[in-house]
Amino acid sequence: MSVEQQVREYILENYLFTDDGSALANSDSFLEMGILDSTGILEVILFLEEEFGITVEPEEMIPEHLDSVERIVNFIGDKKRIAS
Amino acid sequence: MCGIAGIVNMLDGPRIEHTLIAAMTGMLHHRGPDGSGYYLDAKAGLGHARLSIIDLEGGKQPIHNEDKTVWVVFNGEIFNYVELRAELLARGHRFYTQSDTEVLVHLYEEFGADFVTRLNGQFAIALWDLASHSLLLARDRPGIAPLFYAEDAGRLLFASEVKALLPALTDRPALNLEALDQLFTFWSPVSPDTLFTGVKSLGPGELLLLQAGRITRRQYWDWAFPEDGDYLPGTADALAEELLALLTDATRIRLRADVAVGAYLSGGLDSSALTALIHRSSNLPLRTFSIRFDDPGLDEGTYQQAMVDHLQVDHRSIHCRHGDIAANFLEAIWHIESPVLRTAPVPMGILSGLVRAQDYKVVLTGEGADEVLGGYDIFKENKIRQFWARRPDSRCRPLLLKRLYPYLDLTQASSQHYLQSFFGAALDRPDLPIFSHIPRWNTTARCKDFFSGETRERLTENAIERISMTLPPALGSWHPFNRAQYLEARSLMPGYLLSAQGDRMLMQHSVEGRYPFLDHRVIEFSNRLNPRYKMNVLNEKFLLKKAMQRYLPEAIVQRYKQPYRAPDNPSFRVEQPPAYIDELLDDSMIRRAGYFDSRKVQLLRAKISRGRAIGYKDNMAFCSILSTQAWHHLFVDQLGQRIKIAAQRADTIKSVS
Repeated sequence: MSVEQQVREYILENYLFTDDGSALANSDSFLEMGILDSTGILEVILFLEEEFGITVEPEEMIPEHLDSVERIVNFIGDKKRIAS
Repeated sequence: MCGIAGIVNMLDGPRIEHTLIAAMTGMLHHRGPDGSGYYLDAKAGLGHARLSIIDLEGGKQPIHNEDKTVWVVFNGEIFNYVELRAELLARGHRFYTQSDTEVLVHLYEEFGADFVTRLNGQFAIALWDLASHSLLLARDRPGIAPLFYAEDAGRLLFASEVKALLPALTDRPALNLEALDQLFTFWSPVSPDTLFTGVKSLGPGELLLLQAGRITRRQYWDWAFPEDGDYLPGTADALAEELLALLTDATRIRLRADVAVGAYLSGGLDSSALTALIHRSSNLPLRTFSIRFDDPGLDEGTYQQAMVDHLQVDHRSIHCRHGDIAANFLEAIWHIESPVLRTAPVPMGILSGLVRAQDYKVVLTGEGADEVLGGYDIFKENKIRQFWARRPDSRCRPLLLKRLYPYLDLTQASSQHYLQSFFGAALDRPDLPIFSHIPRWNTTARCKDFFSGETRERLTENAIERISMTLPPALGSWHPFNRAQYLEARSLMPGYLLSAQGDRMLMQHSVEGRYPFLDHRVIEFSNRLNPRYKMNVLNEKFLLKKAMQRYLPEAIVQRYKQPYRAPDNPSFRVEQPPAYIDELLDDSMIRRAGYFDSRKVQLLRAKISRGRAIGYKDNMAFCSILSTQAWHHLFVDQLGQRIKIAAQRADTIKSVS
């Protein structure tokens, strides 16, 4: 499964409570949709760290990295590139 | 379940008196009110109090092999006895009963002590081999059936409960302070210690062999996890199907009985899943049982009703009021045989009373699912603390704890500080084998603030160092989630949940509990799962939910996990409190027993009577002090009287040799 699929599935199942993929576009903002509260974003980070073996630094915890599926996918790509 | 007791001379010794075997067995009458029997020869005596469930006519124990050279007494159930019996018949063995017990002697003839690995069940077994003059004691893998022993004056004594050893012990019972210190840390002593000086418990998955005067103990099974990364392959859907098949079979063989079998239905995921599994395995009408509480924060009636409506089971519940807990507390301690930190076992005893009153003597329960499939808050707490430990200076990461304790008000700076100092313990050492349990153990240990100066002086061991020494070396190579699971499965589960809150409260009213989630095939399968299938981010029992969702109402699957709790100190602040409370906590009683600092205890009582003791620590301290005093009263001060009552039953026991 690609990173995008994994992230999409996690957000759909856990915050939108659906397996209907059309409920979430990759560019949808989690903040605007109101699906994540401040603790929710920590849960997403816990998921990313467990799933992709990265560690998210405090200064990286910003909407530019984490507020949509595509931003997360790009962010993980960047993190992995830096690590390799 | 039943009760077993016995004596074996370790070397040559005086003949064992049958009256002593009878007195010991008499102490276990509640475990086996349907009859009792004993075997006696020059070196050994075995006693059995029977709760008849399989082969009601023929299953009387002790039971022997073809030439009467192997004798066994056994408490519990061998669920795969049907298959084992067929195999043994094919090997030429002859059976004289239809009972599950009889497979034990023949399996022993075939395989020696290793026969226990062939058993699927819950058991405490004592097997006497006349040819080699050896005694074998064995206990089931997860530790469902209890078994205790003591060496005394050249004899080995054993029994299902410590109280049955007491008529045969030379010395009066004395409280083992190190064990009390362990209980005030882990909720139970570390096996093999018990609250009674000189009395040991056989651990889960352990064998004891007595031969030529020598005792050896050996672990034949333990919870084992793969090295981190080496997990079962397969998609979540495929693994969920496999889990469902295993659970279905585990439930099916646990419905084997010649009496009606009921189930406990709390309204949580586990008991609901179990009820649905029974429904799938059997066409018989199912009767379920539950407890209700006055306090809406503790009562689960709405969810129980949802399952009753969904499956159309015949449901009975019993309402447990505060006064009921106070009225039954002392008797509960007699059965539990140790102090308790919470009152939670007492309603379980009241519930088994309901089961018995409805003429049921077997219930299936969902116990074990949280340990096996990853349900507990302490596992979540561990994940969050590990998450935090990756960046210990983060101010955000600990905020995830709000997911776990949503009722905690974190808007106040003080509670934020509390969370950080409490959950932040050992944050710099996340690789510590006991990392997951440090906050809980630290909290529990606050009960020790009430120890007397004398108790403190006499304590020489460090409980946490002691438990650390019992951990397997491989644990370090396991995933942190599995380390936490191991600690939980080896300490709290057998030491408290399956005993104080399980076996003892069931057997108080002669009811047997059966635990499909603790079938060793389910445990061994689950142990090999990727931890993310047990807890997916913070979604507990992920694979169990996946396996069961099509059989359960959505509300049950999505329900936020509520731990079972009972009212604590409010239970004792009733309008007419039983007299024992004042008597046991009286200044002179506290001083005479000597365990606690009476001045502190009196201040705690004053705080409670003002209605000011509402915190976790005060509740736990009160319950632990009251129950320790109750233990002293029952087992030190009043014991002679209880033994006399048991001895009066002794003339009804029948010889089978």
